[in-house]
Amino acid sequence: MPTARSEITADEIAQIIEAHRGLEGPLLPMLHALQEAFGFVPAEAHQPICDALNITRAELHGVISFYHDFRKAPAGRHVLKICRAEACQSVGGAALAEATLKKLGLDWHGTSADGAVTVEPVYCLGLCACAPAAMIDDRVVGRVDDAKIEAMIEEARA
Amino acid sequence: MKIWVPMDSAAKALGAEAVVEALKAEAAKQGIELEIVRNGSRGMIWLEPLVEVEIDGARHGYGPAEPGDAAAILAGSGAKALGPVEELDWMRRQTRLTFARVGVIDPLSLADYEAHGGLAGLRRALGLSGQEIVDEVKTSGLRGRGGAGFPTGIKWQTVHDAQAPQKYIVCNADEGDSGTFADRMIMEGDPFTLIEGMAIAGIGVGATRGYVYIRSEYPDAIKVMRRAVEIARAEGVLGSDVLGSGRAFDMEIRVGAGAYVCGEETSLLNSLEGKRGVVRAKPPLPALEGFLGRPTVVNNVISLATVPVIFEKGAQHYADFGLGRSRGTVTLQIAGNVARGGLFETAFGMSLGEVVNYIGGGTASGRPVKAVQVGGPLGAYMPVSKFDTAIGYEEFDAEGGLIGHAGLVVFDESADMLQMARFAMEFCAVESCGKCTPCRIGAVRGVETIDRIAQGDPQAPALLTDLCDTMRDGSLCALGGFTPYPVMSALTHFPDDFATAKEAAE
Repeated sequence: MPTARSEITADEIAQIIEAHRGLEGPLLPMLHALQEAFGFVPAEAHQPICDALNITRAELHGVISFYHDFRKAPAGRHVLKICRAEACQSVGGAALAEATLKKLGLDWHGTSADGAVTVEPVYCLGLCACAPAAMIDDRVVGRVDDAKIEAMIEEARA
Repeated sequence: MKIWVPMDSAAKALGAEAVVEALKAEAAKQGIELEIVRNGSRGMIWLEPLVEVEIDGARHGYGPAEPGDAAAILAGSGAKALGPVEELDWMRRQTRLTFARVGVIDPLSLADYEAHGGLAGLRRALGLSGQEIVDEVKTSGLRGRGGAGFPTGIKWQTVHDAQAPQKYIVCNADEGDSGTFADRMIMEGDPFTLIEGMAIAGIGVGATRGYVYIRSEYPDAIKVMRRAVEIARAEGVLGSDVLGSGRAFDMEIRVGAGAYVCGEETSLLNSLEGKRGVVRAKPPLPALEGFLGRPTVVNNVISLATVPVIFEKGAQHYADFGLGRSRGTVTLQIAGNVARGGLFETAFGMSLGEVVNYIGGGTASGRPVKAVQVGGPLGAYMPVSKFDTAIGYEEFDAEGGLIGHAGLVVFDESADMLQMARFAMEFCAVESCGKCTPCRIGAVRGVETIDRIAQGDPQAPALLTDLCDTMRDGSLCALGGFTPYPVMSALTHFPDDFATAKEAAE
């Protein structure tokens, strides 16, 4: 997960748009690439995307807001995703998630005060035979317990 | 010394990387020359990380491995030594057709893939006409493994017969159902089989382009598939001249953006086109007007990954396994509160109870099983009294359930089924695409109605039943249409969990 960057240049936005506009169905790859580069989809990119793809700002807003992944603002330096789905619930996932949020004093999608970690729900990581599961940035963790969560948060804060 | 340590994300999630580092360090200390192969998972997730060591030509297992076990692994001894992996009960009881190579080969070695039967199916298909390819799939009896169970050959026939300047093969790898991980495992453990299956589909129906739509929650699978496509292209398996045949097929990996509903084929197509992932009304069928309005085969990962073995061994070989109209093998994913969870491929026909108790070993907690949710968040909660139900499309349908993508989530007696029913409605509300009213509004009303039941409202259960009828009959796709399965099965089979508040109030 890239951390948010302060400098967002029109040049870089234009380059990313240009690199993807020739694809069939270019919008999602474009949005992913922008988020990869900047940590979120900057508002400065909206009009250039609309111009490149000949879509309205309303259509673009509709797409960005439809998908859980796309951010309008930067997340914390790390993103902790805790699975809420059934297999994880069968082995205490709900209690684990609740305790973690309480410990951090956050609600879902909240970011810790030091900006280290954003906690998000996720519905299945495909680790259902070693549940409960969580993911910090792109690293998956199985059979998560309080100690493992604690270690992940410590690591994020380091 | 040759050692295998899985790079499957379940193995990684359980500490495989630390084990690799410890093995390297220990080997360096002892002056042993070590060759570490990163394979897929054998599917015995409760033994992951499952390290394998080659001893006298046989692969001996060791697991679940921890960094502190490095010396014992190199010595081939210790309490966690399992003996030859192929001889383990879990492996011997299976019929591995789709998953034959997973855990065996280096997933990104095309040479390894070919040495284990890979590309034989594609080579055979390249000698057949499009119609002969479609006929072979029909003969195999293969049905959509994503959940709907629609005959794959019939779908291919429709696309084959359609006239268009461009046709597409789209692989649905948006495996969002809880309790399912077969798609992930095959993409991480044997990616070339999916590529080969898509190429055969393309040659068969006359499509030259393909897309794999993978959910963003699977970063490891995305990396492996992208690399595999590059390798396949460089080696001439993909491109303008597939294996020197003069026929063209190429493909691309696309990444979803966290919307569960995009596992529904028409919303997936909208998402692939760069639109909101809302469901399209059918007709027109995607087979006639799919991606960018062109004829499109949309198949699940397991369906497409099974195609190579059908062409390698022959359609009849595949069709000879199974039960009734469910032919071939089913890739069961045993998950949740279960002693031995993992992937188990077997012919259709085993009973639910056998899978849970005999293969899975009952619950992990040791408490009695209360319910098993089969088929993901939209599948029914099956009580123990239905454990005789055979794993088959029609057999589950007759019992008010569905096998879906064949994921089983086991719950012990501590599960609160009212809460599980409420979660099903809540999930539907969060993930609804919003296009149709029964799903968008119904799911929200469903959560409220279940809360009323919890508060002891005697009229609420009848209202919930009525609401579920409306959602089932009036929704555009399976999200709203099937959410009543978990809700109504919980209400019907576990009435005690819905009565507690009322009784307490009285």
